[in-house]
Amino acid sequence: MSDQAFVTIKNAAKSYGQLEVLKDINLTVQRGQIVAIIGPSGSGKSTLLRAINELDPLTSGEVWLEDVQINRKLPHRQYEAHVNQVRQDIGMVFQHFNLFPHLTVRGNITLAPRMLKGLTEAEANKLAEEQLAKVGLSEKIDEYPSRLSGGQKQRVAIARALAMKPKVMLFDEATSALDPELVEEVNLVMRQLAEEHMTMIIVTHEMDFAASVCDRVLFMDKGVVVEEGPPSVIFQNPANERTRNFLRKHLSR
Amino acid sequence: MGLDFSVVPGYLGVLAMGAGWTMAITICAGVLSFFGGIVFAVIALYGHWSVRLPVRAFAFLFMGTPLLLQLFLIYFGLIQIGIDLPAFVAGVIGLGLHFAVYNSELIQASILAVDKGQYEGARTLGLSRGQTLRRVVIPQAVRAVIPPMGNNMIALLKDSALVSVIGVMELTLAAQQAISRTYRPFEFYLAAAFCYYVVNLALEAGLRHLERRIAASR
Ligand SMILES: Nc1ncnc2c1ncn2[C@@H]1O[C@H](COP(=O)(O)OP(=O)(O)OP(=O)(O)O)[C@@H](O)[C@H]1O
Ligand SMILES: [Mg+2]
Repeated sequence: MSDQAFVTIKNAAKSYGQLEVLKDINLTVQRGQIVAIIGPSGSGKSTLLRAINELDPLTSGEVWLEDVQINRKLPHRQYEAHVNQVRQDIGMVFQHFNLFPHLTVRGNITLAPRMLKGLTEAEANKLAEEQLAKVGLSEKIDEYPSRLSGGQKQRVAIARALAMKPKVMLFDEATSALDPELVEEVNLVMRQLAEEHMTMIIVTHEMDFAASVCDRVLFMDKGVVVEEGPPSVIFQNPANERTRNFLRKHLSR
Repeated sequence: MGLDFSVVPGYLGVLAMGAGWTMAITICAGVLSFFGGIVFAVIALYGHWSVRLPVRAFAFLFMGTPLLLQLFLIYFGLIQIGIDLPAFVAGVIGLGLHFAVYNSELIQASILAVDKGQYEGARTLGLSRGQTLRRVVIPQAVRAVIPPMGNNMIALLKDSALVSVIGVMELTLAAQQAISRTYRPFEFYLAAAFCYYVVNLALEAGLRHLERRIAASR
């Protein structure tokens, strides 16, 4: 693995009117690295994650993926084309799955590769089969999302993102909406991705999972990164008072 | 003079032909109202003002004036500016556009009700706004309004009788023709009503079938 910067966030700031949601955040993620972002509700975790793929563009600052600046200032049309292009390299998984209910599992997975990468039907089907096998849902290929459990839906959503062969995967509380007994099957898929050295940025409330999977943990509060480091330090020996307070509440649960 | 339905069988061919034209016009106008409804809805929500305003004015006109008048305008009025449409085509356009406006209202509301997460899911994969609309949002919006749009289709079937006034030989006009030869209005209007009823049942059965088929994909 190279230790070259893969995802770079420089001086990121974001406000909604008077409300400053992100304040001068800097973050560098290396290829193959897995970074967890933890912090209290409203601290700006989702906003930061969504800034990476321009879902919530920053007010100021820069986001880079390798040598491409994602949030380039461009005239409207060029900006749209640019964003559509760079998003293909950034997979995102949401708390509420956001599967397309009118398409089967196969349709969900093949839609973007077919439209954007010009895959033939046969190629796209093969891709869907591969990705589904990876998340252990081969037999569900012709089901509609409404017939799947929450855990299965999230695994399909991951397969859909992976089908675009992204360079980095973003997870925004991928297991928060799941019944407790379904969390592990999704975590398992994420662990598997970790073993394959997928670069991942994971917003999570599951401290055990973050501790066991991630290389680095960022603790955010009120729009700033309060503390960051390897999980062993952040979870066992945090330097900052706010981190300790937060972890006390979350680890005791 | 009592009722005598024995005259009806002799005109079954005429009535069947009329029912056939009624179905043809309903299907053609129905398809036009469906796709026209989608196009109008997208323009109303996302169109540039230079397209949106004329379309809104047009929609206002179609909702606020009698369909009968609209049919006259399209069939007789357009001739004056050199557009001489066959009666059937004029009927399809009039009925189709009229109901497209109503379908558009339904679809607009339905597009706005599509969950924000659907846009985000599609856009993060790299789909453009247009692609997201076409492949993700509109298919869902349309599925959600199949039942009320079905009611519009049933209204369209019934209102298709109005095109008899511009001379399309559909069911109502066919019945009138039979009446003019036999002087049996009650029998033939009743027979025509029965035909509408049967076509209507078929339409409703088709719609229910469609609703069942898409139930899993909602
Ligand atoms: N569209 C918006 N308009 C105004 N304020 C917003 C908007 N989106 C988010 N915010 C605010 O930005 C702040 C950060 O929100 P964000 O969703 O990033 O928090 P979070 O850390 O992900 O919280 P949670 O753990 O609850 O998901 C919050 O105070 C929120 O109210
Ligand atoms: Mg959040």
